[in-house]
Amino acid sequence: MAQNGSKVTRRQFLTYTLTGVGGFMAATLISPMVNFAIDPVLKKSGAGDKVKVMSLDDITTEPQRVDFKKQTQDAWYEFEETLSAWVYKTDSGEIVALSPICTHLGCQVSYGADPTRPNEYFCPCHFGRYEKDGTNIPGTPPTAPLARYEKEEKDGFLYLGSPISQK
Amino acid sequence: MLQKIYDWVDERVDITPLWRDIADHEVPEHVNPAHHFSAFVYCFGGLTFFTIVIQILSGMFLTMYYVPDIINAHASVYYLQNEIAHGQIVRGMHHWGASVAIVMLFLHTLRVFFTGSYKKPRELNWVVGVLLFFVVLALGLTGYLLPWDMKALFATKVTLQIAESVPVIGGIAKTLLAGGEIVGASTLARFFAIHVFFLPAALFVLLGAHFLMIRKQGVSGPL
Repeated sequence: MAQNGSKVTRRQFLTYTLTGVGGFMAATLISPMVNFAIDPVLKKSGAGDKVKVMSLDDITTEPQRVDFKKQTQDAWYEFEETLSAWVYKTDSGEIVALSPICTHLGCQVSYGADPTRPNEYFCPCHFGRYEKDGTNIPGTPPTAPLARYEKEEKDGFLYLGSPISQK
Repeated sequence: MLQKIYDWVDERVDITPLWRDIADHEVPEHVNPAHHFSAFVYCFGGLTFFTIVIQILSGMFLTMYYVPDIINAHASVYYLQNEIAHGQIVRGMHHWGASVAIVMLFLHTLRVFFTGSYKKPRELNWVVGVLLFFVVLALGLTGYLLPWDMKALFATKVTLQIAESVPVIGGIAKTLLAGGEIVGASTLARFFAIHVFFLPAALFVLLGAHFLMIRKQGVSGPL
Protein backbone atom coordinates (compact mmCIF):
# COMPACT_ATOMS: atom_id res chain seq x y z
CA MET A 1 0.00 0.00 0.00
CA ALA A 2 2.74 2.44 -0.91
CA GLN A 3 1.24 5.88 -1.27
CA ASN A 4 3.35 7.17 -4.13
CA GLY A 5 5.40 4.96 -6.40
CA SER A 6 8.02 2.77 -4.75
CA LYS A 7 7.75 4.21 -1.25
CA VAL A 8 7.46 1.68 1.51
CA THR A 9 5.15 2.74 4.31
CA ARG A 10 6.24 2.72 7.91
CA ARG A 11 3.71 -0.05 8.60
CA GLN A 12 5.01 -2.20 5.75
CA PHE A 13 8.61 -1.68 6.84
CA LEU A 14 7.78 -2.75 10.38
CA THR A 15 5.78 -5.75 9.16
CA TYR A 16 8.67 -6.95 6.99
CA THR A 17 11.43 -6.44 9.54
CA LEU A 18 9.46 -7.91 12.43
CA THR A 19 8.37 -11.00 10.47
CA GLY A 20 11.92 -11.34 9.13
CA VAL A 21 13.59 -11.17 12.54
CA GLY A 22 10.85 -13.26 14.15
CA GLY A 23 11.09 -15.86 11.40
CA PHE A 24 14.86 -16.04 11.77
CA MET A 25 14.59 -16.54 15.52
CA ALA A 26 11.90 -19.20 15.12
CA ALA A 27 14.02 -20.97 12.51
CA THR A 28 17.08 -21.12 14.79
CA LEU A 29 14.89 -22.72 17.44
CA ILE A 30 13.08 -25.15 15.20
CA SER A 31 15.78 -26.26 12.75
CA PRO A 32 17.95 -28.22 15.23
CA MET A 33 14.82 -29.98 16.46
CA VAL A 34 13.66 -30.89 12.97
CA ASN A 35 17.14 -32.11 12.10
CA PHE A 36 17.12 -34.15 15.30
CA ALA A 37 13.81 -35.75 14.32
CA ILE A 38 14.68 -36.59 10.72
CA ASP A 39 18.16 -37.92 11.55
CA PRO A 40 17.21 -41.59 10.88
CA VAL A 41 16.61 -40.70 7.21
CA LEU A 42 19.91 -38.85 6.89
CA LYS A 43 21.98 -41.54 8.58
CA LYS A 44 23.88 -43.90 6.29
CA SER A 45 23.19 -47.50 7.14
CA GLY A 46 26.62 -48.90 7.87
CA ALA A 47 27.63 -52.06 6.02
CA GLY A 48 27.65 -54.66 8.79
CA ASP A 49 30.53 -56.99 9.49
CA LYS A 50 30.51 -60.41 7.87
CA VAL A 51 30.02 -63.37 10.17
CA LYS A 52 31.40 -66.90 9.94
CA VAL A 53 28.58 -69.18 8.84
CA MET A 54 29.83 -72.63 7.86
CA SER A 55 32.77 -74.66 6.56
CA LEU A 56 33.24 -74.52 2.79
CA ASP A 57 33.58 -78.32 2.78
CA ASP A 58 29.97 -78.72 3.94
CA ILE A 59 28.52 -76.79 1.01
CA THR A 60 26.88 -79.04 -1.56
CA THR A 61 25.11 -78.43 -4.86
CA GLU A 62 21.86 -79.00 -2.94
CA PRO A 63 20.72 -75.80 -1.13
CA GLN A 64 20.79 -76.20 2.65
CA ARG A 65 19.47 -73.88 5.26
CA VAL A 66 22.01 -72.43 7.68
CA ASP A 67 21.12 -70.36 10.71
CA PHE A 68 23.67 -67.94 12.06
CA LYS A 69 23.82 -65.23 14.69
CA LYS A 70 24.91 -61.68 14.06
CA GLN A 71 25.71 -59.00 16.64
CA THR A 72 23.32 -56.17 15.76
CA GLN A 73 23.16 -52.62 17.08
CA ASP A 74 19.70 -51.04 17.09
CA ALA A 75 20.08 -47.46 18.38
CA TRP A 76 21.12 -47.95 22.05
CA TYR A 77 20.12 -51.61 22.06
CA GLU A 78 22.61 -54.32 21.12
CA PHE A 79 21.43 -57.85 20.50
CA GLU A 80 22.16 -61.10 18.67
CA GLU A 81 20.02 -61.32 15.59
CA THR A 82 19.31 -64.80 14.23
CA LEU A 83 19.47 -64.91 10.45
CA SER A 84 19.24 -67.74 7.99
CA ALA A 85 20.42 -68.37 4.45
CA TRP A 86 20.00 -71.05 1.80
CA VAL A 87 23.53 -71.93 0.69
CA TYR A 88 24.63 -74.07 -2.26
CA LYS A 89 27.40 -74.44 -4.82
CA THR A 90 26.74 -74.10 -8.55
CA ASP A 91 28.18 -76.66 -10.99
CA SER A 92 31.00 -74.20 -11.77
CA GLY A 93 31.83 -74.06 -8.06
CA GLU A 94 30.46 -70.60 -7.29
CA ILE A 95 28.84 -70.32 -3.86
CA VAL A 96 25.37 -68.76 -3.66
CA ALA A 97 23.75 -67.65 -0.36
CA LEU A 98 20.11 -66.63 -0.68
CA SER A 99 17.99 -64.80 1.84
CA PRO A 100 14.85 -66.75 2.76
CA ILE A 101 12.70 -63.61 2.86
CA CYS A 102 10.02 -63.79 0.15
CA THR A 103 10.12 -60.69 -2.05
CA HIS A 104 6.33 -60.65 -2.23
CA LEU A 105 5.33 -59.83 1.36
CA GLY A 106 8.24 -61.03 3.49
CA CYS A 107 7.31 -64.58 4.57
CA GLN A 108 9.96 -67.29 4.89
CA VAL A 109 10.58 -69.48 1.86
CA SER A 110 11.91 -73.06 2.01
CA TYR A 111 13.69 -75.14 -0.59
CA GLY A 112 11.73 -78.19 -1.61
CA ALA A 113 8.86 -77.42 0.78
CA ASP A 114 6.36 -78.30 -1.94
CA PRO A 115 6.86 -82.07 -2.50
CA THR A 116 5.60 -81.82 -6.10
CA ARG A 117 8.32 -79.30 -6.94
CA PRO A 118 11.47 -80.44 -5.07
CA ASN A 119 13.84 -78.11 -6.95
CA GLU A 120 12.15 -74.83 -6.10
CA TYR A 121 11.85 -72.46 -3.15
CA PHE A 122 8.27 -72.31 -1.99
CA CYS A 123 6.50 -69.65 0.04
CA PRO A 124 3.50 -71.00 1.97
CA CYS A 125 1.77 -67.62 2.35
CA HIS A 126 0.66 -67.03 -1.24
CA PHE A 127 2.32 -69.95 -3.04
CA GLY A 128 5.21 -67.86 -4.35
CA ARG A 129 7.90 -69.91 -6.11
CA TYR A 130 11.55 -69.37 -7.02
CA GLU A 131 14.08 -71.35 -9.07
CA LYS A 132 17.08 -72.93 -7.34
CA ASP A 133 19.17 -69.79 -8.10
CA GLY A 134 16.53 -67.54 -6.53
CA THR A 135 14.89 -66.27 -9.73
CA ASN A 136 11.19 -65.72 -9.16
CA ILE A 137 8.91 -67.85 -11.34
CA PRO A 138 6.56 -65.73 -13.49
CA GLY A 139 2.88 -66.21 -12.71
CA THR A 140 3.51 -66.50 -8.96
CA PRO A 141 3.19 -63.51 -6.57
CA PRO A 142 6.88 -62.50 -6.13
CA THR A 143 8.07 -59.78 -8.51
CA ALA A 144 11.79 -59.98 -7.78
CA PRO A 145 14.42 -62.69 -7.19
CA LEU A 146 15.47 -63.61 -3.64
CA ALA A 147 18.10 -61.32 -2.12
CA ARG A 148 21.68 -62.58 -2.07
CA TYR A 149 23.98 -62.25 0.93
CA GLU A 150 27.30 -60.47 0.56
CA LYS A 151 29.79 -63.30 0.89
CA GLU A 152 33.45 -63.96 1.47
CA GLU A 153 35.43 -67.21 1.48
CA LYS A 154 38.27 -67.13 3.98
CA ASP A 155 40.38 -69.84 5.65
CA GLY A 156 38.02 -72.60 4.52
CA PHE A 157 34.91 -70.92 5.89
CA LEU A 158 32.01 -68.99 4.39
CA TYR A 159 31.37 -65.52 5.81
CA LEU A 160 28.09 -63.70 5.13
CA GLY A 161 27.26 -59.97 5.35
CA SER A 162 23.98 -58.21 4.61
CA PRO A 163 21.43 -59.43 2.06
CA ILE A 164 21.47 -57.43 -1.18
CA SER A 165 18.25 -57.00 -3.15
CA GLN A 166 18.42 -58.41 -6.69
CA LYS A 167 15.70 -56.16 -8.11
CA MET B 1 0.06 -15.08 -2.55
CA LEU B 2 -0.18 -15.38 1.25
CA GLN B 3 -2.49 -12.37 1.28
CA LYS B 4 -4.75 -14.09 -1.28
CA ILE B 5 -4.92 -17.30 0.78
CA TYR B 6 -5.67 -15.25 3.88
CA ASP B 7 -8.39 -13.28 2.09
CA TRP B 8 -9.95 -16.47 0.72
CA VAL B 9 -10.19 -18.00 4.21
CA ASP B 10 -11.20 -14.71 5.84
CA GLU B 11 -14.01 -14.16 3.36
CA ARG B 12 -15.54 -17.49 4.33
CA VAL B 13 -14.68 -17.93 8.00
CA ASP B 14 -14.13 -14.31 9.15
CA ILE B 15 -10.93 -15.02 11.07
CA THR B 16 -9.78 -11.41 11.42
CA PRO B 17 -11.72 -10.68 14.65
CA LEU B 18 -10.23 -13.86 16.18
CA TRP B 19 -6.58 -12.81 15.99
CA ARG B 20 -7.36 -9.09 16.33
CA ASP B 21 -8.80 -9.89 19.73
CA ILE B 22 -5.57 -11.57 20.75
CA ALA B 23 -3.05 -9.32 19.02
CA ASP B 24 -4.55 -5.85 19.39
CA HIS B 25 -4.24 -4.63 22.92
CA GLU B 26 -2.89 -1.53 24.50
CA VAL B 27 0.61 -1.57 25.93
CA PRO B 28 0.60 1.24 28.49
CA GLU B 29 3.58 3.59 28.50
CA HIS B 30 4.78 2.54 31.95
CA VAL B 31 5.32 -1.08 30.84
CA ASN B 32 7.03 -0.22 27.54
CA PRO B 33 10.84 -0.40 27.75
CA ALA B 34 11.03 1.96 24.74
CA HIS B 35 9.64 4.73 26.95
CA HIS B 36 11.25 3.91 30.27
CA PHE B 37 14.08 1.42 30.08
CA SER B 38 13.40 0.25 33.64
CA ALA B 39 10.11 -1.14 32.34
CA PHE B 40 12.06 -4.21 31.13
CA VAL B 41 11.03 -5.81 34.43
CA TYR B 42 7.58 -6.20 32.85
CA CYS B 43 9.11 -8.58 30.27
CA PHE B 44 9.76 -11.44 32.68
CA GLY B 45 6.27 -12.93 32.37
CA GLY B 46 6.55 -13.05 28.60
CA LEU B 47 10.08 -14.43 28.83
CA THR B 48 8.84 -17.18 31.15
CA PHE B 49 6.19 -18.10 28.60
CA PHE B 50 8.74 -18.00 25.77
CA THR B 51 11.03 -20.35 27.72
CA ILE B 52 8.12 -22.68 28.44
CA VAL B 53 7.30 -22.82 24.72
CA ILE B 54 10.91 -23.87 24.07
CA GLN B 55 10.61 -26.48 26.82
CA ILE B 56 7.45 -27.92 25.28
CA LEU B 57 8.95 -28.05 21.78
CA SER B 58 12.32 -29.51 22.76
CA GLY B 59 10.59 -31.92 25.15
CA MET B 60 8.31 -33.19 22.40
CA PHE B 61 11.31 -33.92 20.22
CA LEU B 62 13.28 -35.56 23.04
CA THR B 63 10.52 -38.13 23.61
CA MET B 64 11.15 -39.39 20.07
CA TYR B 65 14.27 -41.10 21.39
CA TYR B 66 13.90 -41.27 25.17
CA VAL B 67 12.50 -44.36 26.89
CA PRO B 68 11.43 -44.34 30.57
CA ASP B 69 12.87 -47.70 31.52
CA ILE B 70 15.58 -48.37 34.11
CA ILE B 71 17.67 -50.55 31.76
CA ASN B 72 17.51 -48.27 28.73
CA ALA B 73 16.77 -44.73 29.98
CA HIS B 74 20.37 -43.65 30.45
CA ALA B 75 21.49 -45.43 27.27
CA SER B 76 18.77 -43.72 25.26
CA VAL B 77 19.73 -40.30 26.64
CA TYR B 78 23.39 -41.00 25.86
CA TYR B 79 22.41 -42.14 22.37
CA LEU B 80 20.20 -39.16 21.54
CA GLN B 81 22.83 -36.75 22.83
CA ASN B 82 25.86 -38.28 21.13
CA GLU B 83 24.64 -40.19 18.09
CA ILE B 84 21.75 -38.11 16.76
CA ALA B 85 22.27 -34.91 14.76
CA HIS B 86 21.95 -31.83 17.00
CA GLY B 87 21.11 -34.06 19.95
CA GLN B 88 23.37 -32.04 22.18
CA ILE B 89 21.59 -28.84 21.18
CA VAL B 90 18.06 -30.18 21.61
CA ARG B 91 18.84 -31.78 24.96
CA GLY B 92 20.85 -28.71 25.94
CA MET B 93 17.86 -26.46 25.22
CA HIS B 94 15.67 -28.60 27.49
CA HIS B 95 18.33 -28.90 30.20
CA TRP B 96 19.29 -25.22 30.41
CA GLY B 97 15.79 -24.02 29.54
CA ALA B 98 14.51 -25.76 32.67
CA SER B 99 16.73 -23.58 34.85
CA VAL B 100 16.02 -20.45 32.81
CA ALA B 101 12.27 -21.03 33.16
CA ILE B 102 12.51 -21.14 36.94
CA VAL B 103 14.75 -18.06 37.09
CA MET B 104 12.41 -16.08 34.83
CA LEU B 105 9.39 -17.27 36.77
CA PHE B 106 11.00 -16.10 40.00
CA LEU B 107 11.87 -12.67 38.54
CA HIS B 108 8.30 -12.35 37.24
CA THR B 109 6.99 -13.18 40.71
CA LEU B 110 9.29 -10.55 42.25
CA ARG B 111 8.11 -7.91 39.76
CA VAL B 112 4.46 -8.65 40.49
CA PHE B 113 5.18 -8.55 44.21
CA PHE B 114 7.15 -5.29 44.26
CA THR B 115 4.75 -3.45 41.95
CA GLY B 116 1.87 -4.61 44.14
CA SER B 117 0.15 -6.03 41.08
CA TYR B 118 -1.38 -8.85 43.11
CA LYS B 119 -3.76 -6.45 44.88
CA LYS B 120 -7.47 -6.18 44.20
CA PRO B 121 -8.86 -6.96 41.63
CA ARG B 122 -5.98 -9.28 40.61
CA GLU B 123 -5.81 -11.56 43.69
CA LEU B 124 -7.15 -14.54 41.75
CA ASN B 125 -4.49 -14.17 39.10
CA TRP B 126 -1.82 -14.17 41.83
CA VAL B 127 -3.25 -17.41 43.17
CA VAL B 128 -3.21 -18.98 39.71
CA GLY B 129 0.36 -17.70 39.30
CA VAL B 130 1.46 -19.38 42.52
CA LEU B 131 -0.15 -22.64 41.34
CA LEU B 132 1.78 -22.23 38.07
CA PHE B 133 4.96 -21.78 40.09
CA PHE B 134 4.31 -25.11 41.84
CA VAL B 135 3.55 -26.85 38.53
CA VAL B 136 6.81 -25.59 36.99
CA LEU B 137 8.80 -26.62 40.09
CA ALA B 138 7.17 -30.07 39.89
CA LEU B 139 8.10 -30.27 36.20
CA GLY B 140 11.70 -29.52 37.15
CA LEU B 141 11.61 -32.13 39.90
CA THR B 142 10.11 -34.94 37.82
CA GLY B 143 12.33 -34.12 34.83
CA TYR B 144 15.44 -34.33 36.99
CA LEU B 145 15.00 -38.09 37.46
CA LEU B 146 14.50 -38.96 33.81
CA PRO B 147 18.17 -39.19 32.61
CA TRP B 148 18.53 -41.92 35.26
CA ASP B 149 22.11 -41.12 36.19
CA MET B 150 23.58 -41.08 39.69
CA LYS B 151 22.69 -37.44 40.27
CA ALA B 152 19.08 -38.09 39.24
CA LEU B 153 18.78 -41.16 41.45
CA PHE B 154 20.19 -39.64 44.61
CA ALA B 155 18.43 -36.30 44.18
CA THR B 156 15.13 -38.16 43.91
CA LYS B 157 15.92 -40.24 47.00
CA VAL B 158 16.40 -36.99 48.90
CA THR B 159 13.16 -35.57 47.50
CA LEU B 160 11.25 -38.62 48.61
CA GLN B 161 12.74 -38.34 52.09
CA ILE B 162 11.55 -34.75 52.24
CA ALA B 163 8.08 -35.93 51.22
CA GLU B 164 8.27 -38.61 53.92
CA SER B 165 9.00 -36.00 56.60
CA VAL B 166 5.53 -34.49 56.16
CA PRO B 167 3.50 -35.28 59.30
CA VAL B 168 0.79 -37.98 59.14
CA ILE B 169 0.64 -38.45 55.35
CA GLY B 170 4.42 -38.59 54.78
CA GLY B 171 4.66 -42.35 54.42
CA ILE B 172 1.78 -42.54 51.98
CA ALA B 173 3.08 -39.56 49.97
CA LYS B 174 6.47 -41.22 49.61
CA THR B 175 5.05 -44.57 48.47
CA LEU B 176 2.70 -42.82 46.09
CA LEU B 177 5.49 -40.77 44.52
CA ALA B 178 7.89 -43.70 44.27
CA GLY B 179 5.20 -46.10 43.11
CA GLY B 180 6.67 -48.66 45.52
CA GLU B 181 9.23 -49.03 48.27
CA ILE B 182 12.35 -47.93 46.39
CA VAL B 183 13.30 -45.42 43.71
CA GLY B 184 13.18 -47.82 40.81
CA ALA B 185 11.34 -49.02 37.72
CA SER B 186 7.90 -47.77 38.76
CA THR B 187 9.27 -44.45 40.01
CA LEU B 188 10.86 -43.72 36.64
CA ALA B 189 7.73 -44.72 34.73
CA ARG B 190 5.44 -42.59 36.86
CA PHE B 191 7.76 -39.58 36.95
CA PHE B 192 7.83 -39.75 33.15
CA ALA B 193 4.03 -39.91 32.94
CA ILE B 194 3.68 -37.01 35.39
CA HIS B 195 6.35 -35.01 33.57
CA VAL B 196 4.98 -35.36 30.05
CA PHE B 197 1.21 -35.76 30.54
CA PHE B 198 -0.21 -34.69 33.90
CA LEU B 199 1.82 -31.57 34.66
CA PRO B 200 1.74 -30.12 31.11
CA ALA B 201 -2.05 -30.59 31.11
CA ALA B 202 -2.30 -28.67 34.39
CA LEU B 203 0.14 -26.08 33.02
CA PHE B 204 -2.00 -25.42 29.92
CA VAL B 205 -5.20 -24.99 31.92
CA LEU B 206 -3.56 -22.64 34.44
CA LEU B 207 -1.75 -20.64 31.73
CA GLY B 208 -5.06 -20.23 29.90
CA ALA B 209 -6.67 -18.85 33.05
CA HIS B 210 -3.62 -16.66 33.76
CA PHE B 211 -3.70 -15.05 30.30
CA LEU B 212 -7.48 -14.74 30.19
CA MET B 213 -7.44 -12.83 33.46
CA ILE B 214 -4.62 -10.47 32.50
CA ARG B 215 -6.44 -9.62 29.26
CA LYS B 216 -9.71 -9.11 31.08
CA GLN B 217 -8.22 -6.98 33.86
CA GLY B 218 -5.35 -5.33 32.00
CA VAL B 219 -1.85 -4.61 33.27
CA SER B 220 -1.76 -2.93 36.67
CA GLY B 221 -1.18 0.83 36.72
CA PRO B 222 2.11 2.68 37.23
CA LEU B 223 3.64 2.97 40.69
